[in-house]
Amino acid sequence: MKGNIKVNEYVLKALIWLSAIFTIGILLWILLYIVVNGIGVINWEFLTSTPREVENALWPMIVTTLYLVALSLIISTPIGIFAAIYLVEYAKPGKIVRIIRFATESLSGIPSIIYGLFGMTFFYMVFGLSFSLLSGAITLSIMVLPNIIRTTEEALRAIPNSYREGSLGLGASKLRTILYVVLPSALPGIVTAIILNIGRIVGESAAVYLTAGMVPEVPTSIMDSGRTLSVHMYLLASEMIDFDTAYATATVLVIMILVINLTANKIGLFLNRKRNI
Amino acid sequence: MIKIQQMEEKKKNSRKFDNKLNAKPNKFWTGNKLGSIGAKAIEKLFFISAAIAVLCIIIITIFIFYRGTPAIFEIGLKDFVFGGEWKPSGKLYGILPMIMGSIYSTLGAIIIGVPIGVFTAIFIAEIVPKKFVRIIQPAVALLAGIPSVVYGFFGLVVFVPIIYKHIGGSGNSLLATSLILGIMILPTIISISVSSINSVPREYKEGALALGASHINTIFKVILPAAKSGILAGVILGIGRAVGETMAVILVSGNAAIIPSSLTDKLRTMTGHIALEMKYAMGLQEDALFATGVILFIFIMIINLILNIMTHKVGE
Amino acid sequence: MKTFSKKSVIMLLILIALTALSSACSTNQETTEEGGLSGTITLVGSTSVTPVAQELADAFTEKETGVKVEVQGVGSSAGIKASVDGSADIGMSSRNLKDEEKELGIEEHIIAYDGIAIVVHPSNEVSDLTAKQISKIYKGDITNWSEVGGKDAVIEVISREEGSGTRGAFEELMGLESDEGTLVKQDATISDGNGAVYASVAQKETSIGYLSLSYLDEQVKTLKADGVEPTVENIKAGTYKVSRPFLMLTKGEVSDATQAYLDFVFSPEGQEIVVEEGVISVN
Repeated sequence: MKGNIKVNEYVLKALIWLSAIFTIGILLWILLYIVVNGIGVINWEFLTSTPREVENALWPMIVTTLYLVALSLIISTPIGIFAAIYLVEYAKPGKIVRIIRFATESLSGIPSIIYGLFGMTFFYMVFGLSFSLLSGAITLSIMVLPNIIRTTEEALRAIPNSYREGSLGLGASKLRTILYVVLPSALPGIVTAIILNIGRIVGESAAVYLTAGMVPEVPTSIMDSGRTLSVHMYLLASEMIDFDTAYATATVLVIMILVINLTANKIGLFLNRKRNI
Repeated sequence: MIKIQQMEEKKKNSRKFDNKLNAKPNKFWTGNKLGSIGAKAIEKLFFISAAIAVLCIIIITIFIFYRGTPAIFEIGLKDFVFGGEWKPSGKLYGILPMIMGSIYSTLGAIIIGVPIGVFTAIFIAEIVPKKFVRIIQPAVALLAGIPSVVYGFFGLVVFVPIIYKHIGGSGNSLLATSLILGIMILPTIISISVSSINSVPREYKEGALALGASHINTIFKVILPAAKSGILAGVILGIGRAVGETMAVILVSGNAAIIPSSLTDKLRTMTGHIALEMKYAMGLQEDALFATGVILFIFIMIINLILNIMTHKVGE
Repeated sequence: MKTFSKKSVIMLLILIALTALSSACSTNQETTEEGGLSGTITLVGSTSVTPVAQELADAFTEKETGVKVEVQGVGSSAGIKASVDGSADIGMSSRNLKDEEKELGIEEHIIAYDGIAIVVHPSNEVSDLTAKQISKIYKGDITNWSEVGGKDAVIEVISREEGSGTRGAFEELMGLESDEGTLVKQDATISDGNGAVYASVAQKETSIGYLSLSYLDEQVKTLKADGVEPTVENIKAGTYKVSRPFLMLTKGEVSDATQAYLDFVFSPEGQEIVVEEGVISVN
């Protein structure tokens, strides 16, 4: 009997190690394969010219991606934070809270293609918006809204009530307490979440393709259509006339995500230290 | 020595706190009548923001059902959901192949992703020395952040040719799709499983070890069962992501509207179906895509419902 | 609110900085000529026509700097739809309009002719197929290369989405249409665009696909259809029959900018660009 158990244990231990190796291995394989194949194509011209000047250059795509990120965050961050404040600080537990919570949970479960479907037809039907940054930004904002609400909520709830009580006890109004005491303390968590959502927006392609379009030029207004890096990546992957550019675009995307993740980590640590929490 | 430093820190913090509160109050927020109107307005704003979130889900849901349901009735529920052929040029609008495609590819993703994910989570939470965790966790987070088109591209240039040359079929296959989807849901399963395992009370583990059980035994007989509901939640979340994935699937699945009967067969998922045909569908075909969206919706709702039931059952 | 305004100010600054950066770094001319045309033209439709339309747009906007041209390649059927409901100024189609579509009141402008070539992997020994054989392969009646003079291997059939103009033209010309709909076999690989077909055929030795003339190069092997090679001369002469028109569709009155673009497309300069892209001019 004891012998059997020993063998089982070894098998399990081996499986555990193999799984971990598989996971890390796949990550390394994907990253290295793409970067090794793509890094050769990337140079300053490639990144900063338009496709008219240099074949398949990325500048308009990079700008469109940044615009879209900025626009989506401008829309979704205030709404998300305010909604979370309402949920944590004002709402009385009961039906209203449950409805709002159910709504945000459901929103986060919807596949991105449905957002694309919705954005493509709804905004045109109701507002007359065709392919545009605005259409894409609103769609993306709705997509990240649940996440911002949830993480802000958690960050707010993590603030001990003693902070609130102390502030109120000293005579500050509820609103002042929230704005000057609770919110600043919750900031590290909120900022980290926002930065991670940037990563999600950058990586989104299905919903963006159908709402912001695919025009490979620098957008001059929010009503213009534009092509983000991810959409460009999809077009390259399905066209694949130019393997090199596809690898290079993938490399740029991967590096962007890496930088975003690292920044989120660093900012989170920095803000935490600053707060002396 | 240290104690004095701590006390001084505390004093410094409380002074900061006081300074903040004693700062000259902004007249708009407090005190006079105008201030309280301003405050009330801001508080209303909070509520409106929360209401916006609810509004969004309502609008989206209503819109999809509004566009999709008439099509289901026009085509006929049975012919639509159980029809085996999608051929708009021949007035056939059966999406059974796509439903099965979604189911099979998700199953494949689970078979690959769950064991590897849970075992890796065990590795991170229990086996690896703490100093390495700080390297591995961000690595897993990085895996989560890679855009789906990049996964699809990788699958297209690496997995598909390998399957084509060495296993058979056209390379674009259920196998390739399951592999890619499985890898994509790994980070979700891993991170949630890790936090579930970590939140199992230490007494459980220490008790088992004290009673003489080996580490492995403890993990599988004590910790895992205790973390079951959390891990299950992670799995369901992973399933949700697999079902909803579009771009990666389009690139590796072959997009043939047939029911796959082997690992090397091509398939088409509901999401890929909508994405491919949405751009140019007109009339009934377009409405049928919305209807596919409706079915997808219901699918995911059912999965979430099962999640709720299971976590309540398991949590007992 | 201190924290909120700080964040939104930062974001606003980033946005402003980006706008400033992009206008500084990009080499687009910022000056607009006085008295020139202005406005935005949107073209929506066929992925086959898109490269040509984009090149024409680039050349056109260099002359008319006040105009912006947006080209969205989403599929011929989408192009027809967009020109009908007015969401695009010009719809692009790479197939003839169906009878029901002709009744929707859109004007067809043929801007070029394109051939559809049947392609296989360069290592394939087969060089020539009859139209009947091609049709049978796509129907699924012929499944192995050995049946048409090649190796003993299952034929990997690659096709396009149902809304593709290239596919529509291919089916029409190969007799793959019927009252019950398309006769192409259901388990053909569906690729999303000419480029995707090209990529698949270039990679898989047992594959067969169809491509717009402008996508051909040495990575794929072009088959003769009924003994005729798909060249510009043969298409013009009418001996290579697998060809279709590139259409730009408009409905009713068009803006000055749109009319100017169309005039440019038909001008000698425009038609030269058409030829450069590998398709056949209308002149």
